[in-house]
Amino acid sequence: MTHPTSTPASITSSSTYAPDAGKSPRPAPDSPGPAARRPAPRRVRDWLSAFVFTVPALVLFGLLVLVPMGYAFYISFFNWGGFGTPSDSVGFDNYTRLFDDPVFLGDLWRGFLLIVFSIVLQLPFALAMAVLLNQRLRGRAVYRMLFFAPYILSEVITGVLFSMIFAPGEGLADKSLDAIGFGALGGDWFAGQDTVLPTLFLVMTWKYFGFHMMLYLAGLQGIPAELHEAARIDGAGAWQRFRHITLPLLAPTLRISVFLSVIGAIQLFDLVWVITSGGPDHASETMVISLFQYGFKRYQMGYASAISVAMFLISLVFALAYQRFVLRRDTEGAITTMRANR
Amino acid sequence: MSASTSVTRAESLPPRAPANVPKSVRRRRRLRTVPVYVILWAVGVFMVTPLLYALVSGFKSTDQLSGNTFGLPDPWVTSNYTSLLGSGAFWRSIGSSTVIALATAVLTVGAAALAAYALARFAFRGRELLFTVFTMGLMFPFAVAILPLFILLRTFGLLDNPWGVILPQAAFGLPMTIVILRGFFREIPGELEEAATLDGCSTFGFFWRILLPLARPALGTVSVLAIVGSWNNFLLPLLVFSEPTWWTIPVGIQQFQGQYASDVARIFAYLVLAMAPALAFYAVAERQLIGGITLGATKG
Repeated sequence: MTHPTSTPASITSSSTYAPDAGKSPRPAPDSPGPAARRPAPRRVRDWLSAFVFTVPALVLFGLLVLVPMGYAFYISFFNWGGFGTPSDSVGFDNYTRLFDDPVFLGDLWRGFLLIVFSIVLQLPFALAMAVLLNQRLRGRAVYRMLFFAPYILSEVITGVLFSMIFAPGEGLADKSLDAIGFGALGGDWFAGQDTVLPTLFLVMTWKYFGFHMMLYLAGLQGIPAELHEAARIDGAGAWQRFRHITLPLLAPTLRISVFLSVIGAIQLFDLVWVITSGGPDHASETMVISLFQYGFKRYQMGYASAISVAMFLISLVFALAYQRFVLRRDTEGAITTMRANR
Repeated sequence: MSASTSVTRAESLPPRAPANVPKSVRRRRRLRTVPVYVILWAVGVFMVTPLLYALVSGFKSTDQLSGNTFGLPDPWVTSNYTSLLGSGAFWRSIGSSTVIALATAVLTVGAAALAAYALARFAFRGRELLFTVFTMGLMFPFAVAILPLFILLRTFGLLDNPWGVILPQAAFGLPMTIVILRGFFREIPGELEEAATLDGCSTFGFFWRILLPLARPALGTVSVLAIVGSWNNFLLPLLVFSEPTWWTIPVGIQQFQGQYASDVARIFAYLVLAMAPALAFYAVAERQLIGGITLGATKG
């Protein structure tokens, strides 16, 4: 994914004393070039050192990420309470059950809604703020810092804070609405079947839009000012410049931010768990909450594992498809812009 | 990121209109920015209100909170804050959050730096495959593996043990850290390594004495990411720690909320005190944080 820095020619030519100067300029990252040309003892030594250097990471990663993943896959074929060895094999029953489970299907639907909300409302809002804060403005460093601050807070703090602010009748939200005479608008918030998702989305916007704004700001700084200048001289208005310069050049960043937003929605847990635990009556339940409920509250480890495998497959298929069809070579462009700015 | 930050600083000074622009144009320009400031103010109020409300509410009694929601406390009640600051449980949570975050950062960055070095600077068969396996790890959130992870930790007797949180956190932090560090290590010219080898530097010596010091900014960035990730993690410590001894801040808050559900002002005070370290850390390490988070996001 990254470009190797090509070494300047002057350095390369002055380093003729080096034993394998012939290998410069450095090969493309994917070609095993130098190894093939090196003498055998050196190759073995390289391989050994590489092995020694990667062992700690491999052990940690293998034992605590890959093994549990594989084990989740394995127990998803059993009916298992979580104690002893799984023995009651049920084939694909846990998976077929997923498609009949209104809670799981509801999780998918709610996840989809949150993604749509994010793409239609939260990200454009973040973009607008990024464009505003990319101008010369008094105190813009303060605004940036303030808008990003909630992203640093833990989701649990955010959740508890807003569950008190939106407490029906007693919270700041209802009191404020009462004070300006719109008391009828308030009331249910997290407690209402129909209001819980929009309220949750409001909190998510509060917490996350600053993160996307920062991504966009980094992207905006990579757009050369000369382009805007030239367009302005040619008589392009602010909207035209935004539409024909900013948007196309920011597209790689926008695509990555949409991607992160979708993955975030699929993995949503802490915030919702603290505020509603998925209620009222599953109205705010997410996949991870279902997994948690089935696994640790009802001890249906097999079925809960099937949910986690489904979740993994959804993320994986989405990520691969997105990379294949939407990102294509974008990622490289975005990264090089970021690097130029570093 | 350092370049962009310094640009930010220079530009955040009040704009200076060039002398040759007529006064009326300048006036019009200033008028045009008025709506911009109004919008920014409104959003700023939306962002700040919950935080300020929590801070002020912590100084009220719960009775005051329902009777006098908007005003300043009258009288100012400090007992919510002082009782927490005097309680062992709060400081214990801060302590265990800190220990776990630091241990996670050291372990993640240490193991990732070694692996990233091998993946960046050695040519060996299967290197790209190995790297792909690690990057695939970016797709595994805790949640997906949490059930078997819990069973594994139970089997190894790591429940109610800080290692039960530190080790999995480090493992799940590896992919992002390796991806970022490998990118940095690749940018260091190969001639440097050749020169060091000629001067008798061993492979590990080069890594330890030359590469790591050169990569200090990158190491700072990934350490900050690991610390913040650990500090805010909830699901894993929630499952691993059933005894309050090692409860981290997020777990502590949730339990506290359950325990003092009716004493809202006290919960506000707890929230404010729990936010303070994270916000202070943000103020100090703002550049690494924002740089790291945006970099991590685009690389992932």
